[in-house]
Amino acid sequence: MFDLTGKNALVTGASGGIGGAVAEALHAAGATVALSGTREAPLRELAEKLGARAHVVTANLADAAAVEALPKAAAEAMGSVDILVNNAGITRDNLFMRMSDEEWAQVVEVNLTSSFRLCRGVLRGMMKARWGRIVNIGSVVGATGNPGQANYAAAKAGLVGMSKSLAYEVASRGITVNCVAPGFIETAMTDKLNDEQKGRILAQIPAGRMGSAQEIAGAVLYLASPEAGYVTGATLHVNGGMAMI
Amino acid sequence: MSDIADRVKKIVVEHLGVDEEKVTETASFIDDLGADSLDTVELVMAFEEEFGIEIPDDAAETIQTFGDAVKFIQGAV
Repeated sequence: MFDLTGKNALVTGASGGIGGAVAEALHAAGATVALSGTREAPLRELAEKLGARAHVVTANLADAAAVEALPKAAAEAMGSVDILVNNAGITRDNLFMRMSDEEWAQVVEVNLTSSFRLCRGVLRGMMKARWGRIVNIGSVVGATGNPGQANYAAAKAGLVGMSKSLAYEVASRGITVNCVAPGFIETAMTDKLNDEQKGRILAQIPAGRMGSAQEIAGAVLYLASPEAGYVTGATLHVNGGMAMI
Repeated sequence: MSDIADRVKKIVVEHLGVDEEKVTETASFIDDLGADSLDTVELVMAFEEEFGIEIPDDAAETIQTFGDAVKFIQGAV
């Protein structure tokens, strides 16, 4: 099950907790991976840990030209891009009334627009190959909303609508487009929360704990696999029961 | 028939799975040859590769028939 031997995967945000775990899971299933992120050092570290079949392709997703160039760079490094995981994301939290245009635009640009551009950039190869897997990493807050995160929630909800629309267009070509929506996951992003904040969050999670990056990676691995060929336009929620949707 | 027309016809026949006789000068990809909008995008991609040219989106939109395609490519190569 879930054998990705011979498949080439581009993972954005691979220097982060979830992105790194996704890259490791795809690699362990036999895929060749291109690790993308803004900071080269942690990507190199991960690539060395993975050994063979791992490439580093840095890109700042806030830079439109860099985003356009990324699929080409990944395809040059690996030969093709069969699997795209749009995982990179940023937050610029603020109360709605205080949120600046810039905070809004930055989050939409990196979390939503760069995903659109990367999807567009990999489609040609996938169409020709009559096979492709796109997995966009959303968030539970894209479905539930979250105070202080109007920009982030809007971008993550936008990914769902974008993914469904693209899924319609390319389903007949063997390409699936899905989302994975993590709940609260133990990463550098959630490490910053204090005990009181963590306690409040945990009270809302039936599983009684935060999720691990590996639990997100498992969901991505499934959706990237040949076995998930009949799953498209779906959002797989991985949130410990926090929102049963 | 020119070499270019032959190569274009071959791509159309293979991609759309239609009989060669149906691919006439005025045959519309969508109305006569059963292509959907995504097929037309794929045809343009195939033409680009076959002839080593770039067909910009606004030009691609004007290529509606087999004859349009041949004419455009003859002017581009």
